[in-house]
Amino acid sequence: MMEELHVLLKNRDVIDPTSAQAYVDAGGYQGLRRALSLSPKEIIEEVRRSGLRGRGGAGFPTYRKMEFTSQAEDPVRYIVCNADEGEPGTNKDRILLSTDPCAVFEGMAIAARSVDAHVGFIYLRAEYSYLMPILEAALKSSKELGYIGKDILGSGFDFEIKFRSGAGAYVCGEETALFESIEGKRGEPRFRPPFPSIRGLFGKPTMLNNVETLANLPHILKNGAEWYRSIGTENSPGTKLFTVCGNVNRRGIFEFPMGINLKELIYDVCGGVPDGRQLLAVQTGGTSGAIINADQIDMTLDIDSVSASGGRLGCGTILVIDDSNCVVDIVLNNLDFFREESCGKCTPCREGGTQLYNLVRRISEGHGTVQDLENIESLAWTLRTTSLCGLGHSTAVPVLTSIQNFRDAYLRHIDKDFCPVCAQEGGHRK
Amino acid sequence: MSQEQYSYKTPESLLVEVADIAAPYRDRPEMLMKVITRVQKIVPAFSEEVARVIAREMDITLTQVYSFVTFYAMLSVKPRGKYIIRMCKSAPCHVRGAREVVKAVEDQLGISMGETTPDGRFTLEYCPCLGLCDSSPALMINDRAYGNLNPQSARDLIKRYIREDVE
Ligand SMILES: Cc1cc2nc3c(=O)[nH]c(=O)nc-3n(C[C@H](O)[C@H](O)[C@H](O)COP(=O)(O)O)c2cc1C
Ligand code: SF4
Ligand code: FES
Repeated sequence: MMEELHVLLKNRDVIDPTSAQAYVDAGGYQGLRRALSLSPKEIIEEVRRSGLRGRGGAGFPTYRKMEFTSQAEDPVRYIVCNADEGEPGTNKDRILLSTDPCAVFEGMAIAARSVDAHVGFIYLRAEYSYLMPILEAALKSSKELGYIGKDILGSGFDFEIKFRSGAGAYVCGEETALFESIEGKRGEPRFRPPFPSIRGLFGKPTMLNNVETLANLPHILKNGAEWYRSIGTENSPGTKLFTVCGNVNRRGIFEFPMGINLKELIYDVCGGVPDGRQLLAVQTGGTSGAIINADQIDMTLDIDSVSASGGRLGCGTILVIDDSNCVVDIVLNNLDFFREESCGKCTPCREGGTQLYNLVRRISEGHGTVQDLENIESLAWTLRTTSLCGLGHSTAVPVLTSIQNFRDAYLRHIDKDFCPVCAQEGGHRK
Repeated sequence: MSQEQYSYKTPESLLVEVADIAAPYRDRPEMLMKVITRVQKIVPAFSEEVARVIAREMDITLTQVYSFVTFYAMLSVKPRGKYIIRMCKSAPCHVRGAREVVKAVEDQLGISMGETTPDGRFTLEYCPCLGLCDSSPALMINDRAYGNLNPQSARDLIKRYIREDVE
């Protein structure tokens, strides 16, 4: 069986997460110590050679954000940790924040050093407000030991961390919407350019990263880029946290080198589908991800391979769906999510999201036609190409991939074959 | 945008407390989230009076407060119950029987999703993923998270709140 490799999760349930001393005793804050002895350029070079790519969705090379932000004209810069974790099916950042918060602080401090920022914000979703006491205690403890705050370890470098919270809006995980929210406004995405590394939070150059991305930095600085590259694949080095959920025997958050096989993850590690059921589908990367069928799961999980399947590895979410479900119903569930979470700023997403929902609903109720399928596909493409932010782009992904990979299921609903799941939801009855 | 959408009147004494929360953040509009989350802990809803006090103390427009409150799902201009039960309906909960859990809780409280019990104690709301998918189906009651539910365990849980058998 595949062995987990715990780099980011090595402290989970091993140390007291609120104690910076416990973190240090387990080898923590050594990456920051090294970063303080390097120039910003040298830190960025180390991160470049490591090949680290963002774990928040798009897989963007982290060193490039460092480079852009460090070269911005404005000398006041910010670090933002995106702890909004709103993608359905994703729990990994909650686990990192609750079991090893100092690793996230350390990553932020390293990032800060690389772009010469002195203030960082952690934007925590309101649903995780119960993590606040742990985070506050860990920060206090880190400050007391001199790892965060003024003149860190006598280096003359200052970096403080502040907490900000959301209030229930998925779109606030989008970087520019998140800035708006921290600034005390509605969380509506901004037009780009300017990009965050030029004009981000409070109009200042900002480096924003996902929790997991930041948690990788201490290990890269401590152990070096070569070591990091020895884990994972050529284009996606390092480990990845996977949240496996849905109809599967063993659910949870697992850490593996990038490039493991999806089928092995589901069957060997997680024990397959329970209750004598069969696998129907897998959705990778959350509600924004591709829905693939049981014959397609023999695939490699790294950033580029998953993109090739029409989805994205994104946050590492693996939703296992058994044959007591109906794919059309799952897509309807996804579309309901997007239509409710759309901020309404741009028309394709605001109107198109609802239209897509209604079209798929019609099919699920047994009133659809094959023309509807074509209309759905073209509308989905419109969202994908003309929406202002990633929410609108993502809306199309489960729709297009499911039509491609489960065309029969749609046709059965169009043919008015009885579907026990959709019937229960008020759909077509025999 | 119409102010009439505020549907609740706030007692004078609470307004004084609201003013105390907001006043330290005059000229710091970026602290609106902090002010509003704190205020929400003491008022049942953002009435027009509450919004006015916040706007006055922070020196921002009433529109800014209103448009902020109406944007975020967890903030409300309608009064909600003492216990807000937020039931996840995202896919990982959906495929593990969230629908049955919702039905059980609706039946038990005698209200539908989006409603508040006549005694003002419970509000039922759907919500998107709570980040508890490793133990779906899940729900939250105020700031507490509960997972691995089925209709029976959900009923037992709600019963503890009905009896106020929670710390
Ligand atoms: C609608 C929407 C929601 C998002 N939600 C999150 C989120 O909850 N957490 C996150 O890290 N990134 C989220 N992202 C991606 C961020 O915009 C951003 O790309 C990411 O945080 C960058 O970090 P990385 O480079 O470390 O991956 C979201 C994007 C969109 C469009
Ligand atoms: S794509 Fe949707 S969520 Fe994004 S800005 Fe447009 S309306 Fe808002
Ligand atoms: S889908 Fe319900 S908690 Fe994540």
